[in-house]
Amino acid sequence: MEEISKSPAVPILELREVQMQFGGVTALRGISYGIPSGIIQAVIGPNGAGKTTLFHCVSGLLSPTSGEILFRGRPIGGLLPHRIAELGISRTFQHVALFKSMTVFENVMLGRHPRTRSGFWATGLRFPSMRREERRIAQEAMYYLDFVGLADEAELPAGALPLGKQKILEIARALATEPSLVLLDEPAGGLNMRETEELGDLIRRISETGTTVALVEHDMNLVMEISHRVLVIHYGEHLATGTPDEIKDHPAVIEAYLGEG
Amino acid sequence: MTPRDWRIFVITALFIGFFPWVVQPVKAISHYVDVMVFAGIFTIVCLGISLLMGYAGQISMAQAAFFGIGAYTSGILTARFGLNPWAAMPAGALLAALVAWVVGIPALRLKGHYLAMATLGFGVIVHIVLSEEVAWTGGPSGMVDIPGLQVVGLKLKSELGWYYLVWTVVFLVLLFCFHILHSRVGRALRAIHEEESAAEAMGVPTARYKVQVFVLSAVLASLAGSFYTHYVTCLNPSSFNLMWSIRFILMVMVGGMQSLWGALLGTVLMTFVGNEWLHVFADFEVLVYGAILLLVALFLPKGLVSLVPRRAAARSI
Repeated sequence: MEEISKSPAVPILELREVQMQFGGVTALRGISYGIPSGIIQAVIGPNGAGKTTLFHCVSGLLSPTSGEILFRGRPIGGLLPHRIAELGISRTFQHVALFKSMTVFENVMLGRHPRTRSGFWATGLRFPSMRREERRIAQEAMYYLDFVGLADEAELPAGALPLGKQKILEIARALATEPSLVLLDEPAGGLNMRETEELGDLIRRISETGTTVALVEHDMNLVMEISHRVLVIHYGEHLATGTPDEIKDHPAVIEAYLGEG
Repeated sequence: MTPRDWRIFVITALFIGFFPWVVQPVKAISHYVDVMVFAGIFTIVCLGISLLMGYAGQISMAQAAFFGIGAYTSGILTARFGLNPWAAMPAGALLAALVAWVVGIPALRLKGHYLAMATLGFGVIVHIVLSEEVAWTGGPSGMVDIPGLQVVGLKLKSELGWYYLVWTVVFLVLLFCFHILHSRVGRALRAIHEEESAAEAMGVPTARYKVQVFVLSAVLASLAGSFYTHYVTCLNPSSFNLMWSIRFILMVMVGGMQSLWGALLGTVLMTFVGNEWLHVFADFEVLVYGAILLLVALFLPKGLVSLVPRRAAARSI
């Protein structure tokens, strides 16, 4: 297979024989793959293929049973999620996981957590350094809200937003952690056609800022339109990789999808 | 703090400031000042519970035990070793912090209500120790002759002096808690409560924060315990059993879990209810508490503060 020949030298994320077992069930059967830096990488596959499990492994919510995950050459398998977030990987969730009673603004402000430092004493006693930091957090959060187009909804409780905007808010919250790799887990799930188009534009704009984007997505139009590379997994195995055009005509991929019905 | 919180703060401070002037001249209710000293001491405990349970969503059944650790550390160090009460106070707080840390680390690393289980057991152990270590604590009959407090060389004799001292501390603790809530730490605590995995994935070290807020709540409870000791000058282990832990939680629930004002309001109200009006039920007091708990949980899950109308749609703390 012509493995990522057109890509820049070092992959930002490298998977080496990543395996994930839950009791007797094997969700990932040794996935090896490298995501080139700076691209939009799609991960597709039929339901239950292990795509979300893969994202959980990369973001640290699951610890792979075996295999290695390297982020910018550094092994991250088994690190706690907050450490991985500090290193520069952020994510959204398939089932929206916003802090619903907090405002839209506060959700994005929380995203600044790994880039700020004041603790209990500094905040409780309102040290000047903490006040400066809070002002900066507010400014930066506003920047990300502007970036995704949710500035007008800043003061609403996150739970009051319609689903489409909640998905966008999750992206803003993830971006606020200043990731160099952002994982989007079915960002178009539940969005209508116009919203999906806007999402595509947003993902392109994220990519233009230099952030590598990896997305799990079922909406094939979106995947084909925006991604540079596609990784197909099936029953926890690496089935195929290539550009969207290559994947579209790949016999194994067609069979996997048609075979599923 | 929001402008609204500042307004409530000023109004509350004025109310507390003038309260003794109104009640003291009236014979029938002049002892309300004394009740309010207890209410203030309990409020310090309950503000910690509000942070820990209301905001961070972690249940502790051992706040009375930490209250007891503070009380007995102060009592023993001052009555038996002649230490200055103001020096004994931080010693108690330090001990409570250490103990909370040790109990909290294993319990809080796990998701779910492990802290509730661990603290339930821990609270019982502390109560047994207080009752059985007769040589140190005086056992079931407790301790007497604990010295009072001196403020800038003057012995704090009157209830009024105690009242103003305790409530000053309450307001300082209140400010401290408000400032924590309106910061990255407060947002992290609320995020842990709502979506722990998401908080962790966004870079919040959830285990560390849960332990820290638990330690803070223990320190506040211990501090309150120290004031309690020097106010009543005698101790008895029954003030620090599981029932008291539940009472503290009930106070916060009545006022409103997710509001520091709720903690204050609920504590003052329930202290009056407990001290003044529930005696008629004698042994059935526990039943009345149970009934209150049930009614609040069913009909007023967000406590009394939820009855106050709010202007804006958004709820930003």
